[in-house]
Formats: sequence, structure tokens, C-alpha cells
Amino acid sequence: MRLKDYNEIVKKHMPTEHRIRNGIIAFVSGGLVGIIGQGLIDIYSYFLSIPAQDASIFATVTLVFVASLFTALGFFDKWVTICKCGLIIPITGFAHSMTSAGIEYKTEGPIFGLGSNIFKLAGSVILYGVVSAWIFGMIRFIIMGG
Amino acid sequence: MDIWNDTIYNYGRLTMTFKYNNVYINNMATVAGPYEKKGPLSSFFDKSYNDLYNGAKTWEQAESKLLEESVDILLKKADMTKENIDLLIAGDLLNQITSSSYGLQKYNLPFLGIYGACSTSVEGMIIASNFIEAKQVKKCITSVSSHNMSSEKQFRNPTEYGAPKPKTATFTSTGGASVLVSDDKSKIKVESATIGKITDMGITDPFNMGAVMAPAAADTIYRHLKDTNRTPDYYDLILTGDLGMYGKEILIDYMHQEYNLDISKNYDDCGTMLYNLNEQKEVMAGGSGPVCSALVNYSYIFKKIQEGNLKRVLIVATGALFSPTLVYQKQNILSTAHAVSLEMVK
Repeated sequence: MRLKDYNEIVKKHMPTEHRIRNGIIAFVSGGLVGIIGQGLIDIYSYFLSIPAQDASIFATVTLVFVASLFTALGFFDKWVTICKCGLIIPITGFAHSMTSAGIEYKTEGPIFGLGSNIFKLAGSVILYGVVSAWIFGMIRFIIMGG
Repeated sequence: MDIWNDTIYNYGRLTMTFKYNNVYINNMATVAGPYEKKGPLSSFFDKSYNDLYNGAKTWEQAESKLLEESVDILLKKADMTKENIDLLIAGDLLNQITSSSYGLQKYNLPFLGIYGACSTSVEGMIIASNFIEAKQVKKCITSVSSHNMSSEKQFRNPTEYGAPKPKTATFTSTGGASVLVSDDKSKIKVESATIGKITDMGITDPFNMGAVMAPAAADTIYRHLKDTNRTPDYYDLILTGDLGMYGKEILIDYMHQEYNLDISKNYDDCGTMLYNLNEQKEVMAGGSGPVCSALVNYSYIFKKIQEGNLKRVLIVATGALFSPTLVYQKQNILSTAHAVSLEMVK
């Protein structure tokens, strides 16, 4: 049998994924994380009497801390399985990817385990985040002069 | 031409199907993890754990312990000590098959480590059977293990990451399973076996292992039936390893289209039998891993053969020879399948 014919059989028995449902779940759960973040910014700037820019850093730190804590407590992965990209795309996903890798590799010691593997998933985000920031920074510098 | 003609059998070049006259399965032992315990075969396992760590410190050590315990239980059930055993054959999924070596180290017995991914259990049985048929070995234990978490860690993402998976994904089973193969007559006879080839049907999706392995299973089943001059209905049951519910459909369809053989009436898949697929949604399309088919066969199927409810069974353990590195390098996922035919002895 040719590969193409076999692919036809595979396709025929491929279950349909609920893309729209998954999209809505991710939209709502991701939106909720956004609302919580905005709520935190408002609360911090109101109660601590600090500018919104500083409050947003506080809010980010809070979300990262909470996501890491929930990962360590062992139930954040179950939320990710349900909410899917709603929790992976926001900053919570970044924190979760590092904490989960950290927990996983701590058994191999602080250097060869934790140290070398904590960026296993987040490494790509950091690398390409820095590279794209540099590119857009250069574009801005050349076109707008800084 | 009779394929069992001694001449052909002795030269062995024309076919990779072997007939055994004097090989029996004497005893078996299974140790399962928490997800398997919740499944429908729970009462058939010799031991099962509620905790994925089962008292060990890491996932890898937990897996070796499962394998070790299955051998302990097997020796106890067979009323033997390690001095009665000539050879240990074992394999698992982890790099350098460490669960096997660390799990079996304490027995201080001659050891052959094998790797056939999820086809390892039958690969072990074939090697053991050949040694015994050739009278080079009298008693051999062959074991397999896998662990959901150690496999997730090695092949996919950190275990706490919980990345969403498509419906076709399979779930690595947790457990250790061992069988004692020897020339002492018992109720289960190893009648014949067929060694599988390496198959590549151009699938690159690591979340659809059923589609990767179905052609390997089909090829082995076809060659086995051809070499033995049998039809699918010769067997009470044809059982594949871990194709999962979609792979199972693909195999039935592919067997029909490619070889014009209908296996739908007496065919099932261990991956779909180990769990309650309607309730245990976390297992997606079904179980996988070397221990998946071993847990089903060594507990439930062997018992049915012993009780006489199944007289002839063809076990086709399927394995995806999968490496994340080669998949990232855009290579196809390869697969293999080995078959062993078991018969009830009256």
C-alpha cells in the first residue's frame, strides 16, 4: 500500500477535536487570568498608593508566585489540562513551565538536574523573546530614532 | 508445502516464524499502578499501588521497584528461589533500559536486556522460548516494566506540566510484569512465534502511535498466518499490544484493504482493555508502554487460557520505536510488532 492510501485510512479514523469548544474555554479562562491581573493592578495601586506601572509589576509577580505555588502543590497541571492555552499563554504558563521542570529535575541534584533543566520549556520563550525584543528595538531606533 | 516441515524449520531462512514443541508458560506475576487499579482488570493483578511513587524516591526508582516486585511475586507464586532460574530477560522504555538492570540487579543472575518499546514483552518471550526449545536454558524469567511518569519525563514534558493532548494520544501504563517460561509442562503452551520487521508508513505524529504501529501489527499478523497456513478464525482471539481505540479501527480497516483479511470478529487491543475508557478520560485513546499488553495478558488472558475459556490466542505486541530526538529531526516514527501464539494444553 502506498503511503498516501495509508494516510487516507488514518485520516478516516481520526477523531474530531472540539476546536471551537477548546477555543472558547481558552478564551474565557485566559480572559479570567487577565481580569485577575487587572484587578490586582487596581488593588495594588489603590491600597499601596503606587503608580499603575509599578502596580502591574506587582501583579505580574503575584501571578507568577501563585502559578508556581499551585504547580508545586500539584493541581495546576490539572487546571492546564482543562483550561488548555488559557493558562499556558499568560504569564502563569511561563511560571508553570519553569516550576514543573524544576520539580521534575531536582532529583538529579542542583547543578545537573535543577540548574540545567529548569529552562527546558521556558528556554525558547526567553531566547526568542530577547531576540525579537532586540529586532523591534532596532527597528524603533532606526525609524523613530529611539 | 508444509511450512512446519523439519527441513525448512531447521534452515529457518525462509520464514521468521518458529514452531515450539516444548515451551510452556508456568507462572506469571503482575504489579500495577493506580490508574490500572481503577481499570476493569484490577482484581486480576497480584498487587497494585495507590501511589505512583510506590514507596520509592523518584519515578525511575519507582519503576525498577515495580519490576523487581513482579519477579519476587513470581518466584513466590512458582514456589522457587532464584537458584532455580537460569536466565533473566527484561526490557523497559527508559534510556539504557535502566529499570530492568536496576530492578534485577539483586538477583545476581545472568541477564539479557532487550528493547522493543511496547513490543518488549513478546520479544522477551520469543527469545526465552528459543533458548528453551534449543535446550540451552531450562527456566527463564522474562519481565517488562513501564511507568507513566518516568516516560512522560523522558519522552514528553515534565510530569507537572500537564500539556493538553489530542484524543489519539495514548497513556503509558504503570507497572511491572513477569512470566516464567520453561520446558515443564503447564496449561499454557507457547506454540509458535513470528518476529516482526521494522515498519515505516510515514507517520510523524507522536500523539498518534496507533497509526504508527497498526501497519507493523498487520504485517506480522499477515506473515504469521501465511507462514503457518492459517486463517484469522483459527484463533479464538487475536490481541494487539497498545494500538488504542483509533489504532484498532485503523488495523481492522488496513488488514482488510491490504491483505483482504477480516479480523474484526475475534480481535481486541490490550490498550483498550486495561482501562475503562468511558470513565478514565485521562488515558485518552488507551494504554501504551511495554507493561500495557503484559498486564492484560499475564493477568486476564493467561487466566482465561488456564481456565479453558480461550484455546488459541495470538498475541501481537506492538512497539513504536520512537525517539523524540529523531522526531524533532523530522524523521518518521518507526514501529515493529512481534507475535506469539499460545495454546491451551488439555
